[in-house]
Amino acid sequence: MTDYQEYLSFLYRALESQNKNKLVLCENTALVADIGLSSLEVMEFIEKIEDHFDISIPLNILPDVNTIGDLAKKVRELNL
Amino acid sequence: MLFDKFQTMADFQAELAERHVEPFGAVTEKILSATEGVVQGRNVILAGTNNYLGLSYDPRCIKAAQDAAARWGTGTTGSRLANGSFAEHRALEAEIAAFYGVDHAIVFSTGYAATMGMCATLAGPGDVILLDADSHASIYAGVKQSGAEVIRFKHNNPEDLAKRMRRLGDRAGQALIIAEGIYSMLGDVAPLKDIAAVKREYGGYLFVDEAHSMGVLGETGRGAAQAAGVEADVDFFAGTFSKSLGAIGGFCVSQHSELEAIRFCINAYMFTASSSPSIIASTREALRIIAAEPQLRQQLWDNANRLYDGLKSLGLPVGPTASPVVAVEMSDRSLTIDCWKALMEAGVYVNLVIPPASPSSNFLLRNSVSAAHTSAQIDAIIAGYASLVTAGLIAPTKAA
Repeated sequence: MTDYQEYLSFLYRALESQNKNKLVLCENTALVADIGLSSLEVMEFIEKIEDHFDISIPLNILPDVNTIGDLAKKVRELNL
Repeated sequence: MLFDKFQTMADFQAELAERHVEPFGAVTEKILSATEGVVQGRNVILAGTNNYLGLSYDPRCIKAAQDAAARWGTGTTGSRLANGSFAEHRALEAEIAAFYGVDHAIVFSTGYAATMGMCATLAGPGDVILLDADSHASIYAGVKQSGAEVIRFKHNNPEDLAKRMRRLGDRAGQALIIAEGIYSMLGDVAPLKDIAAVKREYGGYLFVDEAHSMGVLGETGRGAAQAAGVEADVDFFAGTFSKSLGAIGGFCVSQHSELEAIRFCINAYMFTASSSPSIIASTREALRIIAAEPQLRQQLWDNANRLYDGLKSLGLPVGPTASPVVAVEMSDRSLTIDCWKALMEAGVYVNLVIPPASPSSNFLLRNSVSAAHTSAQIDAIIAGYASLVTAGLIAPTKAA
């Protein structure tokens, strides 16, 4: 099982190309409100995560995901 | 504040008003034919109506509607479960089932209600739905209501679907796979042969929305699954009466006898008034015409190819293959609005599509072709686009 911090690290790296304002990312960084991802960019980012971990992330969980930390926890749960 | 979330839309409306352009909900003041009307005071060619076979203005359909209104009245004033099941509704259900060669059918009051209602009901908590990422808003609304686990697969990508079915393991056999025949915004056709192969490999149930492909594709006009030769793999077909059939309403047909029980579990079927008898009667007539006059489909495709080839020869960014829906993709919102307005002024009324209704961050000038368009009208639409190029409003993506 990969540790939560490892999921966070992966997400930070995966977000590099979409972090246009070069924010310093942390687990409390909001994907939409802070980084400014559009709904389309969120879905592209989700696909990147899915392919990396070979999982499918249900749309149902997305309303509960605001920050990178929220997403890391959800991905960890799905990948257990 | 309650209304804050609408501010972006209010700002956009204000911008459109300032530019004296009204692309959304433009009022049609008069219909002159299936392909001509008076919109915002202008005589225009209707080039974005989804009236694929021109049957909205067919005299036989109009007569059937008039006769039914005289015989049955203007409305049923009730749900199908209460007082709203007339003989006409049951007759149409039998006929649409026969058209698809299956035994069971449900008729809904709108196409939106059909797909939303079916997708909200077929799968429930504990089930899994896999839907194409570019699915219609009614499908997204339905799966959201269903309570099922909802997973998107990449648009028109059977390999991605297969990958996700594999990830489901034992649950794949109970999954509901949702695809459309022709996708409404870009006119691209689903690779149903390959999607059906994935279903055969992993199991599950396949639901296909033929809203834009019924009457358009297939040897007898049943849609994309018929054209792909995979109808036996499709568990549920949905569709609408508001496109090739020229009226309004929707349907779901299936070889599964359970559809008769499902009927009584669909809120979108139970808690709304049934279609007016005149609508049902014109739809029945249109269905008979589709079955009897395959030349309409040929005419539609001749027109679709003519428009597609014409726009492509101008170097405009259209899709990879011809389709009755021909969309020109643009990246600049302001220029797209200018183009829409210029087309209107040239007498061509198309659809302006903005995200999130478009499947990407691009803006669309969406054209839909009808069998009722004349060659001269198609050429006039192409000429309208040529004038956009000449005016520098839209740049060819490659040498014409």
